[in-house]
Amino acid sequence: MVQLKDQYELFINGQWLAPQAKKYFATINPSDESHLSNIAWATEVDVDLAVKAARNAYENVWSKLSGAERGKYLFRIARLMQEKARELAVLETLDGGKPIKESRDIDIPLACNHFFYYAGWADKLQEAFAGQPIASLGVAGQITPWNFPLLMLAWKIAPALACGNTVVLKPAETTSLTALKFAEICQEAGLPAGVVNIITGYGDTGAALVVHPDVNKIAFTGSTAVGKQIQKACIGTDKKLTLELGGKSANIILEDAPIDQAVEGVINAIFYNQGHVCCAGSRLYVQESIAAQVIEKLKFRLQSIYVGNPLDKNTDIGAINSKKQLETIEKYISLGREEGAEIYQPACQLPSKGYYCLPTLFTDVAQSARIAQEEIFGPVLAIQTFRTIDEVLQKANNSPYGLAAGVWTDKGARIFGLSSQLRAGVVWANTYNKFDPASPFGGYKESGFGREGGVHGLSAYLKITN
Amino acid sequence: MEILKTYKLYIGGQFPRTESGRSYQIQSESGQVIANACLGSKKDIRNAVQAARKAQAGWAAKSAFNRSQIIYRIAEMLETRKGQFVEELVLLGHSNPAAVAEVQSSIDRCIYYAGWADKYQALSSSVNPVSSPHFNFSVPEPMGVIGVVACQETALIGLISQILPLIVGGNSVVVIANSTQPLSAISFGEVLATSDVPGGVVNILTGEVAEMLPTLAGHMDVNALSLAKIEDHLSRNAQEAAIDNLKRCQLYSLDYFDSKNQGLHFITDFQEIKTTWHPIEQIAGGAAGY
Repeated sequence: MVQLKDQYELFINGQWLAPQAKKYFATINPSDESHLSNIAWATEVDVDLAVKAARNAYENVWSKLSGAERGKYLFRIARLMQEKARELAVLETLDGGKPIKESRDIDIPLACNHFFYYAGWADKLQEAFAGQPIASLGVAGQITPWNFPLLMLAWKIAPALACGNTVVLKPAETTSLTALKFAEICQEAGLPAGVVNIITGYGDTGAALVVHPDVNKIAFTGSTAVGKQIQKACIGTDKKLTLELGGKSANIILEDAPIDQAVEGVINAIFYNQGHVCCAGSRLYVQESIAAQVIEKLKFRLQSIYVGNPLDKNTDIGAINSKKQLETIEKYISLGREEGAEIYQPACQLPSKGYYCLPTLFTDVAQSARIAQEEIFGPVLAIQTFRTIDEVLQKANNSPYGLAAGVWTDKGARIFGLSSQLRAGVVWANTYNKFDPASPFGGYKESGFGREGGVHGLSAYLKITN
Repeated sequence: MEILKTYKLYIGGQFPRTESGRSYQIQSESGQVIANACLGSKKDIRNAVQAARKAQAGWAAKSAFNRSQIIYRIAEMLETRKGQFVEELVLLGHSNPAAVAEVQSSIDRCIYYAGWADKYQALSSSVNPVSSPHFNFSVPEPMGVIGVVACQETALIGLISQILPLIVGGNSVVVIANSTQPLSAISFGEVLATSDVPGGVVNILTGEVAEMLPTLAGHMDVNALSLAKIEDHLSRNAQEAAIDNLKRCQLYSLDYFDSKNQGLHFITDFQEIKTTWHPIEQIAGGAAGY
């Protein structure tokens, strides 16, 4: 299904270039710790080459193309991605550990659709900014995370190109393969050299991209701590910045909610993609009158969750992305116990090799507990109860984050009341973890700023020029 | 005998003296002392942020139409006090025609933004045609409490051009006025106090930018900053302090006399976009039509 190369080079100016320092790092399959391939580790010189290629392509090719022509390239890329969807899905699951049913049914289709969606914007940009003259920014430096590798690439590259910018993208070090496959797709699509450049590496590679003086825009998805470093590095420059950062999203079940539907929603909110989701519903607030019932149902449901080989299409929870992340999650699980919360994990055998974590519930969690305050980025749910709506609103908003929230109730007026009071960029009412290219995504407060997706996603890659 | 006016701060709808009890002299271009103003302190900033936070939710909850009327009322009150504002600008050394022009432009700017209060939402929101059976829409919401360093080159037009788009959008603001020409800012506070703008929605402090800005920029209950052109190191330090709670920072260096420098994006610069999803039930076998 997929042919892996022994070694992957950097994709700069439409060509595969060996890194100047001749350094490579291994990428492994987190589901069995097997070696997959070696990936080029870009240093400052390589980053500079990539930015120069992107600048050249911007000045001489891409900014001179009409929006309609840019759009055609994007449509073509979308089609090629669709044609290679199975290959991309398997690659994503091999490299990142996510269940194949998710990469096959969600990640890859959404990534293709994102290109298709923004392709259509390329020649209609001015219409989105009534009365306000706009211009592209130039070279965009983009840094993507390991939880949705190709999807985040699509969220970054599609709007950037549609808006007339060129791109240097650095994927996360544990999940470079689909980005490199995407580079092949760009070649196959005949995209002019230098319009998209993919440089692989660790944090130092990303940092070199952020501080490069000839980059006009930085788009970052990742942790709040790194996001803050990037914000600092951009001070005093004209770089436009958008950040998609961490979250600790509240999922609220009111007593009039359809319970079975809500329970299924909670499962999806926290265990989707092993909980490696910035908007995961990792804080559950259940109204006191139904708390016992909901918790019992959640425990029962956990027993039928299938944890194991991500390539098995029946798998619900695949492999944790890396050893480092597994250690972080395990640290939080023992912290939860130490903090006095009650833990529940289903009896389930985990594969002997690879990085796996049981779906975990914590009850009797204090609002001040670290497992209720800090982002864990794993399949760990902190459950709390509440009596009144005012109380839950206060608790839900009592977080430095503000990425998403969930509300479960049968009462329409209450949905609008609550959702307008929740300080979060996305509110899922009677659903959770839904994504679409047409739907803007992004956070309030320390979850970052700027939006990706929809008409609002265009603002991240254009400037208003009065 | 002439009765000299004491220029105080404007915090929470009141005109307190600075808690620090200090004042400084305001001079005309020729060096003549024309008034004393309060030398605001860090504590004044904290008090002002508290007042702004207290007022913000109520202000945002007013109907957009009501906010529009209140902001139009600001223009009416400015108009009736035109003479006072012109006089203060002339005292500072502006020519009479220049002063009249600045006040007139300021009134026009108020009217411009008054009209936006119930319209920017329609232009910056969307119903998103998602592929699944969900009703999905995105709307702007105010960021909350905004810290403002007002234009240091103009006495009135810059201040108004920065404050208005923020409060039109339901934010409350804490403003550090032009430090050498603060009289118009405090007089504008008097206009606000008599314009049905709830106390605390706009708070104006006079004094040294260098003294007050670090507290404002580092305050964990401030959501964003609107910074006019100030000394590089002050701006830089403020932006660094802002990172602690990831404040959104907008830097402006604009000629506010030019009406090109008014517009929708000055409002949306201080709006968050919230997207809401809800499933659509399939009825009678029909698919959702949104």
